[in-house]
Amino acid sequence: MFRFIVRRLLQMVLTFFGATFLVYALMFAVQDDPIQALVGERPITDSQRAALTERYHLNDSFFQQYWYYVKGLLTGDLGTSLTGRKIADMLADAWPVTLRLTLIAIVIAATIAIVAGVISAIRRGSIFDNATLFVTLIVLAMPIVVLAPLAQLIFGIKLGWFPPTAGKDANLYELLLPAAVLASLVVATELRVTRASVAENLRADYVRTARAKGLRRGRVIGVHVLRNSLIPVITLIGVDIGALMSGAIVTEKVFNIPGVGFNLFRGIRTEDGPLVVGFVSVLVIVFLVLNLIVDLLYAVLDPRIRYE
Amino acid sequence: MSDMNALTAESPVLQPAPPGGAGKSRSLAADAWHDLRRSKIFWAALVLIVIVLLMAAWPSLFTSADPHDCVLSRKHAGASGSAIFGYDFQGCDVYAKTVYGARYSIVVGVFSTLIAGLIGLAVGLSAGYFGGWLDALLSRFVDVMLGVPFLLAAIVLGKRLASNPENSNGVLAVTLTLGILGWTTAARVMRSSVITAKNQDYVAAARMLGAGSGRLIFRHILPNSIAPYVVVLTILLGINIASEATLSFLGVGLRGDAVSWGISISEATGYVRVAPGPLIWPSVFLAATVLAFIMLGDAVRDAFDPKLR
Amino acid sequence: MTGVTDIQAQIDPLPGLDPRAALLQVDDLHVEFRTRDGVAKAVNGAGFHLAAGETLALLGESGCGKSVTAQAIMGILDTPPAHITGGQILYRGVDLLRVSEEDRRKVRANRIAMIFQDALSALNPVYTVGFQLAELYRKHRGMSRKDAKKRAIEALDQVRIPAARERINDYPHQFSGGMRQRVMIAMALALDPEVLIADEPTTALDVTVQAQIMGLLAELQHQRNMGLILITHDMGVVADVADRISVMYAGKVVEEAPVYDIYARPAHPYTKALLESIPRLDLKGQQLNVIRGLPPALTDIPRGCAFHPRCGYAREICRMDQEPPAYQIAPHRIARCHFIREVLGV
Repeated sequence: MFRFIVRRLLQMVLTFFGATFLVYALMFAVQDDPIQALVGERPITDSQRAALTERYHLNDSFFQQYWYYVKGLLTGDLGTSLTGRKIADMLADAWPVTLRLTLIAIVIAATIAIVAGVISAIRRGSIFDNATLFVTLIVLAMPIVVLAPLAQLIFGIKLGWFPPTAGKDANLYELLLPAAVLASLVVATELRVTRASVAENLRADYVRTARAKGLRRGRVIGVHVLRNSLIPVITLIGVDIGALMSGAIVTEKVFNIPGVGFNLFRGIRTEDGPLVVGFVSVLVIVFLVLNLIVDLLYAVLDPRIRYE
Repeated sequence: MSDMNALTAESPVLQPAPPGGAGKSRSLAADAWHDLRRSKIFWAALVLIVIVLLMAAWPSLFTSADPHDCVLSRKHAGASGSAIFGYDFQGCDVYAKTVYGARYSIVVGVFSTLIAGLIGLAVGLSAGYFGGWLDALLSRFVDVMLGVPFLLAAIVLGKRLASNPENSNGVLAVTLTLGILGWTTAARVMRSSVITAKNQDYVAAARMLGAGSGRLIFRHILPNSIAPYVVVLTILLGINIASEATLSFLGVGLRGDAVSWGISISEATGYVRVAPGPLIWPSVFLAATVLAFIMLGDAVRDAFDPKLR
Repeated sequence: MTGVTDIQAQIDPLPGLDPRAALLQVDDLHVEFRTRDGVAKAVNGAGFHLAAGETLALLGESGCGKSVTAQAIMGILDTPPAHITGGQILYRGVDLLRVSEEDRRKVRANRIAMIFQDALSALNPVYTVGFQLAELYRKHRGMSRKDAKKRAIEALDQVRIPAARERINDYPHQFSGGMRQRVMIAMALALDPEVLIADEPTTALDVTVQAQIMGLLAELQHQRNMGLILITHDMGVVADVADRISVMYAGKVVEEAPVYDIYARPAHPYTKALLESIPRLDLKGQQLNVIRGLPPALTDIPRGCAFHPRCGYAREICRMDQEPPAYQIAPHRIARCHFIREVLGV
């Protein structure tokens, strides 16, 4: 277990530098005028230009620039948005509501995926199974830009079941609709993986043994099959966090939730380059850390990894 | 179907029977085509795709109106004449805009998928075939790419490419963004199927008979690893169309005078309370197009790999 | 042995159970698999009996229906695709095919237990062997976790796993192949069953370990006076431990005899061919006899005697619709062949 953690941590450090370098390179490498990339067509004053040049060390070499950027990230200094606010402060403000939104989404997605996935796998070929597969196909094909506004229109405005927008201090009920939209981004894949995994495990030899042991069907599935089947699903949830982050940008914009995604959207729209780079970098780090946690969870669930 | 799986896995009783059932042995591709022909999902996807392709190639077949012919006095006017979906907030014909929106979706989708497919093929094939340090390096690089959530990377790259003034409508920028960032899955799938194919006995035999790398790759390995790759690309095409719409919605995709479902949806979200039509129609067309490609990929994969059903 | 019976009487009274009736008797069992590609007839009228303390070997090539028969006795076939279409399985006078699913479940592990071929895949990879053993005591005997664990350690001790107290917390992949099979045996014997079915218990093991495991099985069987059904395709294993042999072909028992008789004078051409295909030291240098052709596809079993396409004795009558009846040769010997006399050489 210890060796696994150490190896995984080393990997993560490597990926951290790789990923942040990637983000930085995507924005600044081989650029005639990095300032223009940052601010787009937004007019800026000479003093702003000078401040940006200093902030991003644009007069230094590219690798030095990158080094200052990573140093900033690690010390929590994310710089200043073009609006003049500190990016770290904006992030601190926006963070809680996004966290709540994503957590609700994960719970919704995982519950539906695991319950329906297990039932589907047990009753393969049944009406329930075929209907579930069909619905997941539709959900899978729904881009978030379609789903979020349509859900708001149908359930928020036309039917009025949920408030069509949610504020900074939104409660669970207000966040339910946007969270469900967000959950739909990942629920289809999670469900399909659960179904495939349970179906595969149901055919495993150890299930035959469990039945030969005279265990009840509920225990065979709930204890023996489920634990094995959840291993790939857990890994998937790690990857899904990335999709949820991306989805949150559109969802928060549509439902007017002043979270991280909403700020990022506004940053893109107002050509606020420093804000975009800062927020994206932090999200990448959060993504990496969460994936590390998921991987450790994976090791807890699967002893074969633990004792490698 | 499930019966068959349970049987082969559960008990050895069918082992003596020849593969492919009652004595008929077909090639994998022929078998897949046989399954595919009977798949309703496959045909539904195909019909949808043909319609969208026609729309993209000859939009005038579907509407005589000009999507750029906007008259503010018609703002949010209801359906009239050929404008069966009414008018949007600028007084443009929603139906015409929706029909013309197919073009950029398809163009961006197809070309970005081609770029991603080529990069994925090159990376996956070389990593899988040559192995060793090259594989380690490329796999690490893919890991790093996967360390950045796709849309976040696309926002940064899209923003940067879009800031180039030569890109008036953003088509090139979006295509490049999606192509450069979207190849990882294709590469991974290609790599793993190349490794599987490489380790087959017949490939080892061909190698021992003195076949060179080129011959091994093109005659023996590629034909046996191309199916999952094609499936991934088909689905990627659908995903790229969705991503284009998302990026356009966010403002780092298509811009200016480009007619795009993503832009239409973005514009319409501000007016859903007064006029839901301009939101609904591009949404429906976009979802149907994405669905068609994902359905196609799904059907093809099922046909090639009945195990997954 | 009285202790065992007492516990079983307490735990799960099975309606109609007659302790004086024969331990296990299978009559005319039919199992088929219904698939998209047709119906595979895996078992076609198999029948045999087993007494307490006795070892019966079910012998045959893969696909002859021996494992399916075993799983039918255990009641762990997947339906669909498997369907038991006829016959009866009498355990102490109770037809297991007619009892409720709940009663059937209680028979498993308590009265009839099974050992599988590959212990690595047959044990759940994500639970410790202690958990998997203790589970039996907890679910069938209602013991507390603590007591169940104590019993699990004892069970591992009995199959001579060194340092059982520590190893109880290990996962299956941490054991060697032989030790894993011992765990499997400990699990099967945990609740003192009267019948043990061992499905190729040593096929996946090294030769030296094979002998140890077979020795352990035989020893435990004698201690407990269990009936043992040993499923195998290996005639060498059979000779050492079995009392009687049932040779199966295409889902049917084609010959049944005490082990000595079979080796000395096989009565069915298939048995004879099997024996002749064993490499022997005294015949070194001579060509080994192999059985021509392949076992039949179960979707398309030949009419008449199923073995006739591969049989050197086959004549017109073997290809007729009527399959050969079971001829009684001696008090405990039967064979299904029209030409027993010729095969026996009398």
